[in-house]
Amino acid sequence: MRLPPYATPAQRLGYWLYIAFCTLVFGFLVLPLIAIVPLSFNSTTFLTYPMPGVSWRWYEDFFSSSSWRLSIYNTMVVGVSAALLATALGTMAALAIARTQLPGSRIIMALIISPMVVPLVITALGMFFFFTRLGLTNSLAGLIVAHTALGIPFVVITVSATLQGFDFNLPRAAASLGAPPLFAFRKVTLPVIAPGVIVGGLFAFATSFDEVVVAIFLVGPGQRTLPRQMFSGIRENLDPTIAAAASFMILISIILLFCVEMLRRRSERVRGLR
Amino acid sequence: MTVSGSDTTGPELRARLRRSRRRSTLISVGLVAPVVLFLVVFFVVPIVQMLGVSVYDRSVSEGMPRTAAVIGTWDRDGLPGEEVYAAIGEDLVEGQAERALAGPARRLNQELSGYRTVIFGTARGLPEEPPESWRETLIEADERWGDPAHLVILQRAVNPLTDYFMLYALDMERDIEDAIRLQDSDERLFLGLIQRTMTIAVTVTLVCLAMGYPVAYLLANTGGSLRYALLVLVLLPFWTSLLVRTAAWIVVLQTEGIANTFLMWSGITYEPIRMIYNRFGTVVVMSQVLLPFMILPLYAVMSGISHWNMRAAQSLGAPFATAFRRVYMPQTMPGVAAGTLLVFMLSVGYYITPALVGGSGDQMLSYFIAFYANETVNWGLAAALGTVLMVIVLTMFLLYNYIFGLDRMKLS
Repeated sequence: MRLPPYATPAQRLGYWLYIAFCTLVFGFLVLPLIAIVPLSFNSTTFLTYPMPGVSWRWYEDFFSSSSWRLSIYNTMVVGVSAALLATALGTMAALAIARTQLPGSRIIMALIISPMVVPLVITALGMFFFFTRLGLTNSLAGLIVAHTALGIPFVVITVSATLQGFDFNLPRAAASLGAPPLFAFRKVTLPVIAPGVIVGGLFAFATSFDEVVVAIFLVGPGQRTLPRQMFSGIRENLDPTIAAAASFMILISIILLFCVEMLRRRSERVRGLR
Repeated sequence: MTVSGSDTTGPELRARLRRSRRRSTLISVGLVAPVVLFLVVFFVVPIVQMLGVSVYDRSVSEGMPRTAAVIGTWDRDGLPGEEVYAAIGEDLVEGQAERALAGPARRLNQELSGYRTVIFGTARGLPEEPPESWRETLIEADERWGDPAHLVILQRAVNPLTDYFMLYALDMERDIEDAIRLQDSDERLFLGLIQRTMTIAVTVTLVCLAMGYPVAYLLANTGGSLRYALLVLVLLPFWTSLLVRTAAWIVVLQTEGIANTFLMWSGITYEPIRMIYNRFGTVVVMSQVLLPFMILPLYAVMSGISHWNMRAAQSLGAPFATAFRRVYMPQTMPGVAAGTLLVFMLSVGYYITPALVGGSGDQMLSYFIAFYANETVNWGLAAALGTVLMVIVLTMFLLYNYIFGLDRMKLS
């Protein structure tokens, strides 16, 4: 966006004010994230600038403390399992919705989206009541089930968007050449939609990776996830270990974002949108 | 499938086509069934059951079965007859022996504080053998058994279906004649809470719109790699954990934080300003967390609008502001509506952020739902407040669905 050469001084002023405003908003979005990272290298126990010195001690704390390590392990187990389950279930649903006019598809879609919309406290409380009776509280299995439900809408939305550009004549062509349905899916449909499916899975993982409310209700100290551990940490004593944990999580977010953007570009290329 | 010459026309082909269609539909149903089943069992049923707790509570009817059977006969004209008191007395004796009184005592105490002492205090001192008059024995043990208000509450509570919690969540109650009325103004808690929740959600939504609209416009009208770089600035916070962002904001906004250091260094203020653990902090952090949800739908809509529209309007003599207002803005309305509804829907249910960066006067509905469920174990009230929150969110959700249709929802 550029100013035309014939712009009046007032227009120039307005333009630069506008640019300044947008810069402030971008700063508002990103600067807090940047501000916390250096503090994880602070040599003192305070989360304030200026830093008197630099040290790795908080990362040593973070990676050697048994409770933080357990929480990283739990987060990975829950996140990966929930993402895999949500991806499998969600991809099947997205395929079904895309390939035929299903009866009641609007209601089905509303059902699938609802975990994204219902406030987490309500989801958490409902699952707490329900899982108490099934004996699934204080177990990773219960949290995996809960996070799967929360991840499904992201998978369905992402895969559905990928399928919008998908030519359903391709599997038909495969079928006409004698491929059984599953074979056609594996060899024709899946390679085309795979980037979208993986992006959906990454979204589901990120959802689980970010989720804390359900974790507060459903699990005990032995199943604490990283966000859950951060929540207690922020409440009880905010020290640079939290900053180290936050930096670690920011790194994972950057990796996730990078993967998703690469896959999105690849998906557009595969589907011939570029 | 091979098609031979003989059956290319006529009913035979039609039947085969129909069969093939039916099979295709069946496969689709089979593909979608696992998700539907999973979500119904692990998501819908638990929530419906939980919300049901707000109107259905059997603790009194199960803990005091004899009372439940006969107290309905009392017409509230004077005190009930001996058989009602006898039922209460026998229930208390048996309940004390079997330790079954905790449920009824908790439930009755929720409606009228002090009821727990009435139940347990009486039950402890009752004779083993049935006395001559249960009425006199009970009133002697605790004079509140002679108070119609206590008995009316008991009479209502034996019915498992109750509107008590829902009314209470809306600051209403039934008086002794069963008429619904608003509670005395000094006892009202929740109407103010609902109003506060709405105020915070609306404020956050408006702040997000004010910040998001110009930025989305910039994104949509920037070309090449700069657009991509700017988009990453929006997507990075979107992908970063809520907890991380909240912790980061505490670092920025705390008394010795970066914001205060900067303000004092630049001479804008001489002493630190309190920017966190209050409404300001809550709105700032929630806005930052939810801003990408405003920018992304706006950006999606704006990047579909041709910039020639504005050029055409301006070439016809419209000043930039007029062209923007009359030509561009109306086309962005779907994005505005999508963004505002999404941000409002998400912010109205917020729990973690206000809990960590808000003061006691900034906690929203979700906080109190968790509070009543975990701290005071008043599940009926927690469920009733949950129902209020659900009604707000569902109204928005249906509005969203009605205006845009869920099938067109997209992520970034």
